[in-house]
Amino acid sequence: MTAPALSIVGARKSFGGLVAVNDVSFEVEKGELFGLIGPNGSGKTTMLNLISGALEPDAGEIRLSGEPISGLPAHQIARRGVARTFQLVRVLPSMDAERNVMAGVVFGGRRLWGAEARDFARELLALVGLRGREQVPVAAMTYIDQKRVELARALGADPQVLLLDEWLAGLNPSELAIGIELIETLSRQGRTIVMVEHVMDAIRTLCGRCVVMSSGRKIKDGSVADVLSDPDVVQAYLGDDDDA
Amino acid sequence: MTQLSAGEIRIALIGAAAVAAAAMLPVFDQGFYLTLSLNIVLFAALCTAWTLFSGPTHYISLATAAFFGLGTYSVALGIDVLPFPVLVAAGGAVAALLAGLVGAATLRISGVYFVIFTLGLAELIRQIVSWTQVKLGASMGLYVFTDFSEAHIYWMMLALTVAVFATGWLITRSRLGFALQIIGNDEQVARHCGIDTARLKIVLFMISGAFIGMAGAILAPRYSYVEPPAAFSPTVSFLVVIMALLGGTRRLWGPLVGVVPFTIVMEFVSARFPNDTPIVIGLAFLAIVFVLPDGVLGRLEQLRARLRRSRPASPAAVAAKEPA
Repeated sequence: MTAPALSIVGARKSFGGLVAVNDVSFEVEKGELFGLIGPNGSGKTTMLNLISGALEPDAGEIRLSGEPISGLPAHQIARRGVARTFQLVRVLPSMDAERNVMAGVVFGGRRLWGAEARDFARELLALVGLRGREQVPVAAMTYIDQKRVELARALGADPQVLLLDEWLAGLNPSELAIGIELIETLSRQGRTIVMVEHVMDAIRTLCGRCVVMSSGRKIKDGSVADVLSDPDVVQAYLGDDDDA
Repeated sequence: MTQLSAGEIRIALIGAAAVAAAAMLPVFDQGFYLTLSLNIVLFAALCTAWTLFSGPTHYISLATAAFFGLGTYSVALGIDVLPFPVLVAAGGAVAALLAGLVGAATLRISGVYFVIFTLGLAELIRQIVSWTQVKLGASMGLYVFTDFSEAHIYWMMLALTVAVFATGWLITRSRLGFALQIIGNDEQVARHCGIDTARLKIVLFMISGAFIGMAGAILAPRYSYVEPPAAFSPTVSFLVVIMALLGGTRRLWGPLVGVVPFTIVMEFVSARFPNDTPIVIGLAFLAIVFVLPDGVLGRLEQLRARLRRSRPASPAAVAAKEPA
């Protein structure tokens, strides 16, 4: 039996008195498109920060294909194959789209350089729908195009696990359809993706399984259909949140 | 990224011509202009080396005097025992070692503390060297006797400056340079791309420190008598920051734009008003920080960008004003 792509065992993180992630465990299989949902402030982004090494867990363990990665610095976790996007898009503003993506290509999994790196970056820009816009400064791009660049940068690392932090947030309805299709394409290519998302339609369309967090705890996991009809989950959303 | 562009070749040719012309200078003058030029070349090396680290990282280092003094003292201590080139290399190595230790200890802390720490470090090393000399020897200083003329020192310093520029240029073309550009944009993104930001800064600080140490070593024979207050003078640290900021630290050759005029002006000021020189330095520092925070080059680039933005509108405006 092969180890799951990502396994979280009893992860915990507190900030002062606030326990942002409280004893959360789940597993993501290879090639799975996995949802991480919950009301605002339920600890989803903190969970992603623990996986990607932006934060170190107080307790528990995080394993990538069976290898423990919790406690490693962010750059080592990135090199082992965890790439991410950010809740508020973070591009490299002084560079063009191609150089942005090369940041992931050059220092991520494949560690390419020169023409090879540029070619791979262009390939990825084409994949996210930015063919022909390689030389456009990202600062001059629209929000969704910046998100595409950020996604291509994460893909540039050739990650084992791709973490998307509300990648669909802030898109208008037509952009949303494009975005969902793009994530679907990536999933069909066999990538393992964990997505934090508020857009429930997207979770329903895309994800097979998901975890629901509320106030730092995992309240439910399983297939999306089961989870979303669960009374506790409905309660968590309707009771505490104005966003669902 | 592997081939040279036409622009790069042109810059390399212009640079080579400038270096060749500068190398001819001692043939024409061995007096005032050679002394002035040596100062210019010295600060060109120091400021460019300083900018290798402080430009991309935005950490202001005041440890220049420490690295410089260690280089000077490497020569002063070993001149009777070892050949001069070995001592220059040793000066660079000792400075790099110190930079590595300081970097490992402090580059994780934020910028302000780094400034204070480097200033204190330079002072501490000066005191340690003074104390050791008084304890071990009878006098404060050391004699450095060599056969070098000022022209020799000038040529060596010029060669070092070329080496600093060549290194800087190689860095910008390397993975290291690309990583620095990413860090300059967003350090957190850099880490999540797989860049070991802490180690990178330390490496860069060591490269920068090594060149500053070598500059101190090369300059040592100029003073036949070396003592701590001169070798570890904090004024050197401040002058380097002022000149580099005056020119601009975003480009490799930015500091040069500050070094040349500043050194010439300072030469006249210190000759004409020797007692008031520190006041002039202080006022210059204030003026640069307030008026030219991005340096002369940064200012020029801003102006050019503004000009370019207003240009599309201007032909119409000109046409409107023309008499019928």
